[in-house]
Amino acid sequence: MNAPQPGSEIDGFCLGELMHTGSMAFIYRLTGPQGPLPLVMKIPRLGPGERAVNVIGFEVCRMVLGALGQGPHHPTLVAYGDVETTPYLVMGYVEGERLSDWSSRAPIAPLEVARVGAAAALALHDLHRKEVVHLDLKPTNIMFRASGTAVLIDFGLAHHSHYPDLLAEELRFPVGNWEYMAPEQALGVRCDPRSDIYALGAILYQLATGRLPFGHPRSVAELRRRLYRDPLPPRAIVPGTPAWLQEVILHCLEPDARNRYDSAEQLAFALTSPERVELTERAARQRRAGWGTLARRWYQARSFEPAPCPAPSIKENPAPIVVVALSTAPIDDVLYEAMRGATASAVNASGNCRLACVTVVSLAATLSGEGEEPTATVRHIRRLIELRKWARPLNLPEERLTYHVLEAEKTADALLDYATMNDADLMLIGAPRPGSGVHRFGGGICAQVVAGAPCSVTVVRPAADRADLPKGGVQ
Amino acid sequence: MKLALFADVHSNLEAITACLNHAQALGADQFAFLGDMVGYGADPVAVLELVERYAAKGAVVVLGNHDCAALGHPAGGMNAGAQAAIDWTRTQLGPKQREFLAGLPLTARADNVLFVHASAVAPEQWIYVAGPAEAEKSMLAAEAGIVFCGHVHEQNLYYLGAGGKPMPFRPVSGTPVPTARHRQWLAIVGSVGQPRDRNNAACYAFADLERARITFFRVPYDYRTAARKIRAAGLPERLALRLERGV
Repeated sequence: MNAPQPGSEIDGFCLGELMHTGSMAFIYRLTGPQGPLPLVMKIPRLGPGERAVNVIGFEVCRMVLGALGQGPHHPTLVAYGDVETTPYLVMGYVEGERLSDWSSRAPIAPLEVARVGAAAALALHDLHRKEVVHLDLKPTNIMFRASGTAVLIDFGLAHHSHYPDLLAEELRFPVGNWEYMAPEQALGVRCDPRSDIYALGAILYQLATGRLPFGHPRSVAELRRRLYRDPLPPRAIVPGTPAWLQEVILHCLEPDARNRYDSAEQLAFALTSPERVELTERAARQRRAGWGTLARRWYQARSFEPAPCPAPSIKENPAPIVVVALSTAPIDDVLYEAMRGATASAVNASGNCRLACVTVVSLAATLSGEGEEPTATVRHIRRLIELRKWARPLNLPEERLTYHVLEAEKTADALLDYATMNDADLMLIGAPRPGSGVHRFGGGICAQVVAGAPCSVTVVRPAADRADLPKGGVQ
Repeated sequence: MKLALFADVHSNLEAITACLNHAQALGADQFAFLGDMVGYGADPVAVLELVERYAAKGAVVVLGNHDCAALGHPAGGMNAGAQAAIDWTRTQLGPKQREFLAGLPLTARADNVLFVHASAVAPEQWIYVAGPAEAEKSMLAAEAGIVFCGHVHEQNLYYLGAGGKPMPFRPVSGTPVPTARHRQWLAIVGSVGQPRDRNNAACYAFADLERARITFFRVPYDYRTAARKIRAAGLPERLALRLERGV
């Protein structure tokens, strides 16, 4: 396909200077009557002689940029043309330098490597948090604004976990840039954000040493060699490379994704705080692995199973929720004490859990309010105070405690509902008193909760009650 | 054209009402019911009356295996619970509902879209589109840009690429997926009335055919009432539990 001429018009957009001719697309600056606009148009190379992946790349780019919306670390999609008639993407123009300008000057100073690397890692982390894996990181696809902020461009090979992966079908040859490609990506895995960490590691290697870690592979077999062949340590090429930088780079270039940094944010942190980088054997490496190690790795690599993809966004592990179900009318000190003991051990076991203290009052009682009975609000507040009083000896910080007085007809249903709605991880409930269930949640309630709970349930029985149990075990 | 698609309603009035409200709020102007309006649930007559009202206004409605069984035709492969519900459903339907069901086609076509309950290969055989192989056959038989179907209760979107092999995609609720017109697609819209993926929210899909995008939705509804009605009708307890737990 021939590049359209500058000056021609597409859907009302006037093409200016041809800025870039890639294998997949042409990129033009757009112009208006007053000169260049802060917009570019990307036109995929389609037609006879062009690769099918170009059209898919166009669709993917449109889908991913459309989903990303506006952000500091990627271009904004402004308009697009239909793939069947006039395919194009109009995006915001990113003013700045490309990383390829640096990489051609490599090796560059270690602190400079760390600075641009950290900026790129932060941009990457932003992308990963938005469910996107870039999968085509290379120096030409990383730009820096004057402020130093990194902008990642060209999302034609990206993967967004909320959209169908249109490129998954094109697996006969691994798509992407082979020089920087992670081993699992070479095997067809397209959903692991740590593949981007690997690619960024390869870029850092190039910046620090002036060489590519694995040269220019020309065949899939050569590409797969990185599964077992380690790169020459950066310090063997540029002796002035600090140990921490070698550690960071080789940590990114681990063949198994599970052995790399878990997130790009961790990589950014390592690059901005060299003194905190823990030095391992990677930092001390002076040469590549010997033949013995290589033979063993080669043998192991034959059965290499890529790590399962984590969810692209680094999801925070929510604190587990422990629900303590207390009957507050009347108060049963013996059981309360036993419940506190059980709660304390549950809290100690899980470390960061949240505690929800729950009691249930009958709806009928709430509505009647007859005779000497206090009003519903007063009773509600009293129960809350009782719950607080119960929890005080646990000495838990306020932000980890909540108190709830549920008004319901059926105690067991209310407790189960509460546990379900709040995704409880554990529920503690007092055992019914042997012989009568009057002073606690009755046996029926306890059994219903145990049977229907969406989580584990611990039934707490005070030591004093144990003697009263019928002999001969459970009846 | 904004098309709301509902499959496997299974006599669940609460679920279909919630989904219809949801779709109407989004501006749906066309509706399609992809079979299995009855079976399992406790509101066959009310659901059929509702579907009939939409059909009178131009909605697409195709026949499903439970609808077929409710007419007394052998539909095969029903477990005891499903069969019990069908036997009960038959006692509920009046001549008007039976006539409506009897008049339904197995497939319907509009422009470049095919509507069918199960696989388009042999709609009357109720083949499950359970994986890429079945999806591929159904897409080839359909000769349409998009096939909308149900029968399988989980939402799934298959797309045919240059390689000729369909790729499955599990949609994310509420995220519009561009469905480029040069590709072939098969969308399993999910079950309105009996979701089975451990999420008890009703499933449906919303297609904007002009802008070529499909959005799959999960809509929470009053499953407690639907389950209570199942118990009150004396239908198997398991059918009520399924709604509560989404299994």
